[in-house]
Amino acid sequence: MGKTLFEKVWEAHSVRELSNGQTQLLIGTHLIHEVTSPQAFGMLREKGLAVRYPNRTFATVDHIVPTNESAEPYSDGLAQAMIEELRKNCAENNITFFDTNTGKQGIVHIVGPEQGITQPGTTIACGDSHTSTHGAFGAIAFGIGTSQVRDVLATQTIALNQLKVRRINVNGQLAPGVYAKDVILHIIRVLGTNGGTGFAYEYGGEVFDRFSMEERMTVCNMSIEGGARVGYVNPDDTTFDYLRDRKYCPNGDEFESAITRWRAFASDSDCHYDDLVEIDANEIQPTVTWGINPSQGVGVNENIPTVESGGTQSERASIEEALEHMSFEGGSPVKGKKIDVAFLGSCTNGRLSDLQEVAQFLKGKKVAEGVKAIVVPGSQVVASIAKAQGLDEIYTEAGFEWRGAGCSMCLAMNPDKLIGDQLCASSSNRNFKGRQGSPTGRTMLMSPLMVAAAAITGEISDAREVFNF
Amino acid sequence: MKESAIKEIKGSAIYVEGNDIDTDRIIPARFMKCVTFDGLGDYLFYDVRYDSNRNNKEHPLNDHRYADASILISDNNFGCGSSREHAPQSIQKAGYNAVIAGSFAEIFFGNSTNLGIVCASVDDAGRKKIVEEIESDPSLLMTIDVENCLVKVGSIQVPFTIKKGARESLLSGRYDTLNELLEGDSDVEEVVANLEYIS
Repeated sequence: MGKTLFEKVWEAHSVRELSNGQTQLLIGTHLIHEVTSPQAFGMLREKGLAVRYPNRTFATVDHIVPTNESAEPYSDGLAQAMIEELRKNCAENNITFFDTNTGKQGIVHIVGPEQGITQPGTTIACGDSHTSTHGAFGAIAFGIGTSQVRDVLATQTIALNQLKVRRINVNGQLAPGVYAKDVILHIIRVLGTNGGTGFAYEYGGEVFDRFSMEERMTVCNMSIEGGARVGYVNPDDTTFDYLRDRKYCPNGDEFESAITRWRAFASDSDCHYDDLVEIDANEIQPTVTWGINPSQGVGVNENIPTVESGGTQSERASIEEALEHMSFEGGSPVKGKKIDVAFLGSCTNGRLSDLQEVAQFLKGKKVAEGVKAIVVPGSQVVASIAKAQGLDEIYTEAGFEWRGAGCSMCLAMNPDKLIGDQLCASSSNRNFKGRQGSPTGRTMLMSPLMVAAAAITGEISDAREVFNF
Repeated sequence: MKESAIKEIKGSAIYVEGNDIDTDRIIPARFMKCVTFDGLGDYLFYDVRYDSNRNNKEHPLNDHRYADASILISDNNFGCGSSREHAPQSIQKAGYNAVIAGSFAEIFFGNSTNLGIVCASVDDAGRKKIVEEIESDPSLLMTIDVENCLVKVGSIQVPFTIKKGARESLLSGRYDTLNELLEGDSDVEEVVANLEYIS
């Protein structure tokens, strides 16, 4: 019997079995950022340990970076202290740091692929749950805690249990106006926020075969929102075309032999999956979340559920809690909810293709009065290409604020925050209570084009109607 | 650091109701602007405990009857969301040594175990019984018996489940993985030598 990509990568990186039955797994590529690494370096210092393979760790700064000021010191002293700490730790340990003055800084999950650091058949870890993004390349990528960041720095390994693999096929054709973001919001709606616990999700089928790398990244990014720590797509020509000529990829003949090696990691046609889920692409609608976890989503033309529609007491309690936080009435249409803020960016949807897709519809349109709309490129590279293509002008003419690269209002560790109970149409990945910086703030997740539609009309709208599909 | 074996946890307990209690709820992101984990205990459940003027809201953690609790009880999919270790760190630094829930999000579970926090899964019926006991007498001492996978409180005892590896790590005192990982260094070198992208 054949093997899945997960099994092949796992075997190639297994070091040994630990006394508790877990596997000591080699982490080939380690990505770090300013929020979850300083304590790990502190622990190393305390124990007198060195970084074992400094050339296998890459750093950037993303969570706390202000997007509306670039001069240091930043107005926020804590943010300044964090960036300085990372600079110091990287310099002391000879770690490559894509700092703000390199032209390469950005959200860690955008920088890795963009620089060609993210490669098929590799293991990747980062102290951030959206590390699953890198699975789009056929890597096995884990979000880890700070003690494990310490473990990787000191040993280049972590202790893990092997995961089961669930294959998720999405076959058929996505309708115009339905995007990768809708695919993953739909999958989470169907399988739930904890449906993926204990699983790696292998995404495949006609829709994924046709998807670009950036679309695959959007889906893999939110695997953890469905409880799956790992999500991946088997590598194919789309993957290799994306990686060709990237800085940290092999060159010339070496690239060709790397392709042969990478291709062999793809799941075999006769492999065994622990579970199989079939999703019909034709059924996926532009999806919007109405609640306080990413599984609480509906098609844009559907109504928000009522408390009574919950199948169990605990589901009813969850719906009730969500409706209360969102100040929504059960049974009311999701369309027409008035928004205050539109946020376009994040490691889910802050890539060049996201900005391009929206820009082509935005020409000649204006952001509704009273709506604050910001667009935050995912990296300095994205920002610079977008500018060269004139996208920044399209956005600013429409009334969006064009910002510098970073995580920004996805989790509001920088000055970009909701105020009070503002409602935000957001292309990010989490709608938890308080996620966007105000404890009473409200987040509705959707695709970038749906964010733009909401920005222009001032309310949740069907982008296909707003932009005359 | 040499850890000692964790065979049982004893203490009074507090119930924080709700499914899908996420890591942003456990510790809001703005409190992660720090370079150490010191003091994170003060921010546990901050936005659900306090209003914007830091006045107490109605929350079990503000109920003086549970002030001495060292075991946290909640519902399904506890700790979902971010991989931030700041979440279990804040739980531990606020004085809790164990969490009982219906189920745990995977990364949270691993992070907690690494710190020696016992994460015990108890089904809905079992949790209901436990919660009834502690709400009838918040001072009741509970025992989480890791060896026998039992929660004992008042007149009742209910079974819990925990990943085998985590249980073994707690019982052997080797829940902090670093020392054992360091011991594998020569094996690591061998694996590295076979991986073209590294060597």
